[in-house]
Amino acid sequence: MRLGVLFSGGKDSTLALHLAAEKEDVVCLITVISKNEESYMFHTPNIDLTTLQAQALSLPLVSAITAGRKEEELADLEKAIVDAKSKFQIDGVVTGAVESVYQASRVQRICNRLDVWCFNPLWKYDQKSLLETIVRRRFNVIISGIFAYPLDEKWLGKQIDAQVIDRLVGLQGQYGISPSGEGGEIETTVLDAPMFKQRIEIIDHAVEAKGNSGVYIIKQARLVGK
Amino acid sequence: MILVVDMNWTKNSLAFNEFVSPIVSAIKPFDKYDVKHFSEITPADLDACNKVVLSGTALKDHTTLTQIGRFNWVRTFDKSLLGICAGMQTISRAFGTPLTTCLQIGMAEISTLKENPLFKGNFKAYTLHNFSVKSSQTFETLAESTKCIQAIKHKQKDIYGVLFHPEVRNQEIIQRFIKLI
Repeated sequence: MRLGVLFSGGKDSTLALHLAAEKEDVVCLITVISKNEESYMFHTPNIDLTTLQAQALSLPLVSAITAGRKEEELADLEKAIVDAKSKFQIDGVVTGAVESVYQASRVQRICNRLDVWCFNPLWKYDQKSLLETIVRRRFNVIISGIFAYPLDEKWLGKQIDAQVIDRLVGLQGQYGISPSGEGGEIETTVLDAPMFKQRIEIIDHAVEAKGNSGVYIIKQARLVGK
Repeated sequence: MILVVDMNWTKNSLAFNEFVSPIVSAIKPFDKYDVKHFSEITPADLDACNKVVLSGTALKDHTTLTQIGRFNWVRTFDKSLLGICAGMQTISRAFGTPLTTCLQIGMAEISTLKENPLFKGNFKAYTLHNFSVKSSQTFETLAESTKCIQAIKHKQKDIYGVLFHPEVRNQEIIQRFIKLI
């Protein structure tokens, strides 16, 4: 089966890509770049980095820009999938949805309209196990957004490792935050993973943070050999 | 021991994590389990288990409905059986009950029509289906959505079907099933 992966450049869509590639033929990445910071579906820091990540993965990228108004961005996603279907003859779409019925059901409806398969290989994945899986598989993932108490700017740019997982799981017990950021508490950016043929090196970045909300913006990056 | 049957189009498919693993996660804290693909079920597997759960499948996957002969065992099975989504559709077809088109994707309001040990009242559940079942002499309707039948029980046997996916937002239904005596 030829598949396109909905790709944000974060840990979930990158892990979904790896799981899909173990079973089927991933032929392209599909990215929707939302200009709306409040987007429920697509907004994530460093979404523009997906171009470089796609190069690192040696996979073609189908991207669409959306103004990000609620249901309008779904129409833009649909157009991107139509585009991927016509350019790369995809039979199906893969998402990194874990718990969000809101996201998963909207993508399922689009896939049903377009008569393509929809796969969610991380669906209901235990959150701590998900983080442990990315570490075990040697993903280099940094925290690129924090959006919940008691997270602060000290978390931004941190690589997810066993120690960070322990701290996040601890915060789940104390404050009820989701350790893998299912409630939008954290956003992540992947700099390297087994399928990356080259890794991403950050040359310049900026931290924009206020209280318990902040982002780690990658201003300049390049590909380097592994 | 609970036998979980993988109803996806092939063994070890990309849909396994989505439709089989969450059922296993719901069972794991309460009982032992084994997982088999529907193409590999043997009489020994059915003898060895106490109950069977048939998984759902991706929306475009209707493979089990084209291989109903592989489910002849359902008609003579004398233990508790729960079919989820494609599992319910397959159970119905195994007994000769026809399907009817009914597309639902996302959270839906489910209304209980008949008292039963798995659920009661009105509740929300995750749906992902193209077909429901027609009402029949063989099954009683336990629940419905505004669009179609959502749960059935065989009139004589401990055979249940739910069209919605309890493993997503209503895991307690699976747990009540595995605790049925």
